[in-house]
Amino acid sequence: MIIKLEDLTYTYSQGTPFEKTAVDHVDLEIEEGTLVGIIGHTGSGKSTLIQHLNGLIKPTSGKVYIDGEDIHAKGVDLKKIRFKVGLVFQYPEYQIFEETVYKDISFGPRNMGLSEEDVDRRVRSAAAMVGLDDSLLDKSPFELSGGQKRRVAIAGVMAMEPKVLILDEPTAGLDPKGREVILSQIKEYHDKTGSTVLLVSHSMEDVARFAEKILVMNKGKVFCYDDPPGVFTRAEEINAVGLSVPQITKVFIELKKRGLDIRTDVYTVDFALKTIKEYLEEKGGAVNA
Amino acid sequence: MLKDITIGQYFPGTSVVHRIDARFKIVITAVFIVMLFSASNYSALCVPLVFFAIAFMASKLSAKLMIKSMKPIVPVIIITSILNIFFIDGVSVIKIWKLNITDNGLYTSGFMIIRLIALICGSSLLTYTTSPITLTDALEQMLKPLAKIKFPAHELAMMMTIALRFIPTLIEETDKIMQAQKARGAELDSGSIPQRAKALVPILIPLFVSSFRRAEELALAMECRCYNGGEGRTKLKTLVSGGKDYAALSLSIFFLSVVFILDLGKVSF
Ligand SMILES: Nc1ncnc2c1ncn2[C@@H]1O[C@H](COP(=O)(O)OP(=O)(O)OP(=O)(O)O)[C@@H](O)[C@H]1O
Ligand SMILES: [Mg+2]
Repeated sequence: MIIKLEDLTYTYSQGTPFEKTAVDHVDLEIEEGTLVGIIGHTGSGKSTLIQHLNGLIKPTSGKVYIDGEDIHAKGVDLKKIRFKVGLVFQYPEYQIFEETVYKDISFGPRNMGLSEEDVDRRVRSAAAMVGLDDSLLDKSPFELSGGQKRRVAIAGVMAMEPKVLILDEPTAGLDPKGREVILSQIKEYHDKTGSTVLLVSHSMEDVARFAEKILVMNKGKVFCYDDPPGVFTRAEEINAVGLSVPQITKVFIELKKRGLDIRTDVYTVDFALKTIKEYLEEKGGAVNA
Repeated sequence: MLKDITIGQYFPGTSVVHRIDARFKIVITAVFIVMLFSASNYSALCVPLVFFAIAFMASKLSAKLMIKSMKPIVPVIIITSILNIFFIDGVSVIKIWKLNITDNGLYTSGFMIIRLIALICGSSLLTYTTSPITLTDALEQMLKPLAKIKFPAHELAMMMTIALRFIPTLIEETDKIMQAQKARGAELDSGSIPQRAKALVPILIPLFVSSFRRAEELALAMECRCYNGGEGRTKLKTLVSGGKDYAALSLSIFFLSVVFILDLGKVSF
């Protein structure tokens, strides 16, 4: 287990009238090398949850284990944990500060105290990984477009080559093509390095396509944590708590509502096609597709 | 962390104190401060304390909150009291090595501490129960007569409103940027002083960049809504004063006169 959370609770502004429990008694175990999609409503506590994983916030109660180590135990160097668990924030482009893209990406690796060659190698490979052209490396990051800045920020964390990479809505505010590119690059990073990746997203479609496991959060609690087929057997429940399921799943839920005896754990178009064919065959009708 | 700063924070509520006209609240706070500083002996000093206690109970705020607002001034209190205890002449009570603690020293420093704490608590009560916007609105109205001598009352109030409005935003943003840089291994709270100063660069630059962007956006948004200064501008929410406001003000003036009477009755020192 690379990540283990035990009865984790976090309350913002405790003791004031603004008190708000953002994470509510969460127990969770994530296996090494999994690509996990995290999904939930606005305000369901996703960002709060992931900030616990590298010790940026200290739980109000409960424990966080990374690689079997309690990160808030005495004598644990949180800085080391942060190199192990890389976190890319929501709208990470606001963290950019250096004069050149190269320097900004190298901030993390330099803090790790690596040699100059090592830093150079990591910066270049991270830049390539997120699809930043070599010619951009000497430019000022403030001259780049929003999407490019986003990539610089993601590369800045990837360059630390963390065992666990966490991205908080890396595709928020990007165009469909930019989203697609960033998501497939993240997937590629995962496949190439075999690292654990946690991807927070608002789009069930994206998560269903890329993730090996899905964590659904609802009001600070874990609604379910399972592989996509497992999660989508509960598609109706998820739909009922107001979380959007993929369009195609909605179609099937609606079909069932209208009296068809059909499964609703369908989340890709290919699988939908197969399901419809099977259904029609079962009914005895001839199918020409 | 930064979130613990409560200065200028407003806690919405519906108590009497919340509902008193902000202009009156400002005047009453001023009266309270005059009470504190004109009290020259302990019995007179009790009067503003009683006054504060009444206002505080009426506000229905938690005592925890008040205690929290004291946090930043603890060092100031400690330093003043130490200076006072040791450096005021009088009859020695306790002697530590070469330093004399005198009766006058104890008397004065106790006095100072109570005054200081009451001062902070009183002004905190004002900001806790009045939204910053209302507060500047009230200030603007109180300063309006000065516009005749070309005093920029509206501009001043607008600047204050904007500044106050953006304090929480900036704090939140600083917090976020700090977290993001920490996630990249930045060390902010250890190392030598030059190291720490250098560690601020990754925080200050993004903060300035985003502040300028915000200022630009705000200016643009204000222009789009045809903002052109205070001339002929009417308010959506006008401040209205009523019986309870005058009653509260009378109460404070009554307390103030009690302070004066006690001051005259028992002249100390
Ligand atoms: N700094 C903060 N101070 C106080 N409350 C906060 C703070 N940050 C978040 N919250 C509250 O905690 C809850 C969870 O917030 P969080 O940011 O974790 O949600 P989220 O799932 O990431 O939402 P989104 O999808 O919009 O990013 C929200 O109700 C929010 O209002
Ligand atoms: Mg979030």
